[in-house]
Amino acid sequence: MAYTKRSDGRDLEELRPMEAKAGVIPNADGSAYFKIGNTIAYCAVYGPRELFPRFLQNPKTGIIRCHYSMMPFSGSGERIRPGQNRRAQEISKVMNFALNPVIDLTDFPNAVVDIFVDLPQTDAGTRCAAISAAAIALADAGIPMKDLVSSVAIGQVEGTVVADLNYQEEAYPGVVSDIPVAMTHNTKEITLLQMDGEISKQHLLKALEMAKRATEKVYQVQIKALKEKFVRE
Amino acid sequence: MDVNSETIARLASTGQRLDGRNVQEYRQPIVIETNISWTAEGSAKVQIGKTVILAGVKLAIEKPYNDTPDEGGIMVNAELLPLSSPEYEPGPPGIKAVELARVIDRGIREAKAIDMKKLCITPGEKAWFMMIDIITINDDGNLFDAAGLAVLAALKSAHFPVVDPETGAIDYKHKTEETLPIIKEPVPVTIYKIGTSLLIDPTREEEDAYDARLTVASDDKGILSALQKGGDAPLTMEEISAMIDLALEKAKFLRKTLNSLVKS
Amino acid sequence: MGLLTKERDIVIPGEALAEGLDFLPGENTYREGEQIYSKVLGLVTVSGHVLKITPLAGPYIPKPGDRIIGKVIDITMSGWRVDTGTAYSALLNVKDATTRFVRKDEDLSKLIAIGDYVVVTIIKVTSQNLIDVSMREPGCSPLPGGRIIKINCQKVPRVIGKQGSMISLIKQKTGCEITVGQNGLIGIKGTPAGELTAVRAIRIIEEKAHQDGLTDKIQQFLEQK
Repeated sequence: MAYTKRSDGRDLEELRPMEAKAGVIPNADGSAYFKIGNTIAYCAVYGPRELFPRFLQNPKTGIIRCHYSMMPFSGSGERIRPGQNRRAQEISKVMNFALNPVIDLTDFPNAVVDIFVDLPQTDAGTRCAAISAAAIALADAGIPMKDLVSSVAIGQVEGTVVADLNYQEEAYPGVVSDIPVAMTHNTKEITLLQMDGEISKQHLLKALEMAKRATEKVYQVQIKALKEKFVRE
Repeated sequence: MDVNSETIARLASTGQRLDGRNVQEYRQPIVIETNISWTAEGSAKVQIGKTVILAGVKLAIEKPYNDTPDEGGIMVNAELLPLSSPEYEPGPPGIKAVELARVIDRGIREAKAIDMKKLCITPGEKAWFMMIDIITINDDGNLFDAAGLAVLAALKSAHFPVVDPETGAIDYKHKTEETLPIIKEPVPVTIYKIGTSLLIDPTREEEDAYDARLTVASDDKGILSALQKGGDAPLTMEEISAMIDLALEKAKFLRKTLNSLVKS
Repeated sequence: MGLLTKERDIVIPGEALAEGLDFLPGENTYREGEQIYSKVLGLVTVSGHVLKITPLAGPYIPKPGDRIIGKVIDITMSGWRVDTGTAYSALLNVKDATTRFVRKDEDLSKLIAIGDYVVVTIIKVTSQNLIDVSMREPGCSPLPGGRIIKINCQKVPRVIGKQGSMISLIKQKTGCEITVGQNGLIGIKGTPAGELTAVRAIRIIEEKAHQDGLTDKIQQFLEQK
């Protein structure tokens, strides 16, 4: 059975409704709220600040450190035990990889920029929401960046390539693959690529083509959030 | 900031504050929003000034404790997220988070705010347990009062999930019309002592300047259900009496705010 | 070809500012191929053929000559360690702290204690952002009491105003002594009401720093008081 009609009635390339806001956490140097469908991410950026333990310091440049975490009540099932788990650690690591290529902290040797993302509710696509939120928060914090990173998952359900899988689609009984992608805006370079499920190379390349168009839609929401903060009266 | 602490103490002695508020005044606006997380059975976001805090309630079916075989249970946890303040670091909850969670827990548990017997499904075997998480989004002081409001609002907004009558499995995707059996709404109010002055709703800066504090949780009849004294300075009987009077008065104000913003 | 934005436009990191070789990349911008892009969130300034961005937020980068406010956090053999509100603390050497002779065995905490705030001038910054400061420059001294607030350092030029016009206005209308550090810390000392009005005025400037006609707005705010 070909997958032609999506469970929530979206077009194949249609993303879930998005909302974003910059500067939502006054204590932070930069912050953002990013919502896509039923997934919500809060992000706060602190720094550049002094990095401890000292052996982590890089005398040539400042570094970033991502911390991804789901709130205990944010899962679709039972309560999640708070604190670090292997999944959160891995996502934090790939977030670092996804954001690092655009960040320039050479003026801040030995320092760290901490990026915290916490999600109060989730429904698939959390790491992508986390990265998109982080890009807004980093810009809001005035961190020098070559470009903005935008992220969304592309998926393949029974041979059909679709954008921004929701939870029902991720759990679809059949051949499904979930491909979180992050891209830089200007050069359309890929800074996050993961996949689980099964897919042919041909479908994967089609999915990455779709990712270019899909991340552009995320970018428009990010740019709007940043500029809205400074709307002239 | 030490300079500010000195100034805060000096101003407090004449009933003034850094931000121009009266010593017995909450910051405005107080905003309470419920159902901020669709994955929680009940949830709320509370904003007092620049302090923003979330509370979420998850419900689960567990075996009752041996000493209360016909009652459900409650657990309160607090996470002071490093997202919410440059002072917090990643890692397991520190003593500040543990104290916050335990004071809020006592306020609800000891007031018997929830009819625990109604949470029992099969005595000795199955009962509903409420797992409440308090999460800070922006800490600008007075977490006790903000968390108290957030937890009450989350409990009031909670709905039981659907349970499969055959297997007994919980379907967290679907909620019933049924709400929690709430009997009372104990509201915690924290009174701070700086020098000889009493003040409420401190900002983060004012918290750095306090000598002693007393958190008082009370219900709408003025019965106290939890107390917690904090700070290095001692309190006299007269001071405690005055602090409780002030807490009871302010609890009325907070309860009115809660009820006007969150319908049962 | 040519400009893709205009003067005082708000741009975000990676936003293209100009195309072709007619323009040169200035502060907070970079060229890649034919295009010039912004590197930060900020306002576009076109001066002749040079494009630069005035950041709307961002960290303080220490520069020699800057007067900053710092907090003494430690005392060393030769002076004081000063927190600058950045990732880098500064050293205030005894010889740069006072003109008077300090005996070798003197207790430095009697001169400046831990927790004190000092107004100091940056005299040296290394490539690794090691910072030396001095209190012997004009306008430098331990900070008197009152209160200290922190604003984003990128808003400091607006708080000071052209030739100090904005800060003079606030000082005059509130009767406060005000010291603005380039690192975004501001010391304010006056009557409680005066201090509060000054803080509120500065918060308005911080919030509306990207807008035009700020002096009029602040004048109006202070007149109402």
